[in-house]
Amino acid sequence: MSSQRSTSSNKITDDELNGLILRLQTLLPQLDQSRHGRVSAAKVLNEICSYIRRLQNEVDGLSGRLSQCLDSMDLTGFDAEIVRDLLQQ
Amino acid sequence: MMNTPQQVKNPTSSLKSRFITRFLGALTKINAEDPISSPSPTRIFQRYRRIKVASNKSMAYSVRSRRIWSRAMLSRFRSRRSAFSGRRSSVKTTNCTTINVTINENKTAKGGLDMQTDELRELVPGGEAMDVCNLLDETAHYIKCLTTQVQVMRKIVDFCHLSK
Repeated sequence: MSSQRSTSSNKITDDELNGLILRLQTLLPQLDQSRHGRVSAAKVLNEICSYIRRLQNEVDGLSGRLSQCLDSMDLTGFDAEIVRDLLQQ
Repeated sequence: MMNTPQQVKNPTSSLKSRFITRFLGALTKINAEDPISSPSPTRIFQRYRRIKVASNKSMAYSVRSRRIWSRAMLSRFRSRRSAFSGRRSSVKTTNCTTINVTINENKTAKGGLDMQTDELRELVPGGEAMDVCNLLDETAHYIKCLTTQVQVMRKIVDFCHLSK
């Protein structure tokens, strides 16, 4: 995916900005476009920030849970099975 | 027009498989280095921190240097390891800085957006040095990677409980 945007000038156009904001909106399940239509850029960014924080906290929480149950399982034993199952998603 | 993550399977699944391989390898190592017999609260806490680092590191390494955020995260890990100050080292931003001069003119015109991106810059690794375009682009990728991390870690936790 290219991160090169405007090639003709260095200024970002409104269209490009809106396109990027719109793409971020599609990542937010709570701001589903079919129901909410166009949402303000500020709101999208606000929700995006909350979403990132939530995800980072989830990684944190899951790390904690793994630290507690890790000792009770032999990872090398079913490595291959886990990988296959996870990849099937 | 960007496809939603659900439609574009191929790039995501190869990133996902790289992450899985690395992360499971890291977990195996952590598991091997820790005595199973004495899970004291201190050891569990240390293990939690190691797992968290392993998760973020595995993802950053799986993305390699193809993204500004992953490069920023990897250089942060490296500078931590070499015992220098823990502050975010500035990623190669020569390209960004020249663009920034022009972008700032646009930024002041969009005053509200500027304030909103400030918060985002703190959340996305390397965000403070990015121009708005890159920031929004990197954010989208960073979120996809975070959701992959969470998804995989959840499955591993489920397996943990199933195997008990």
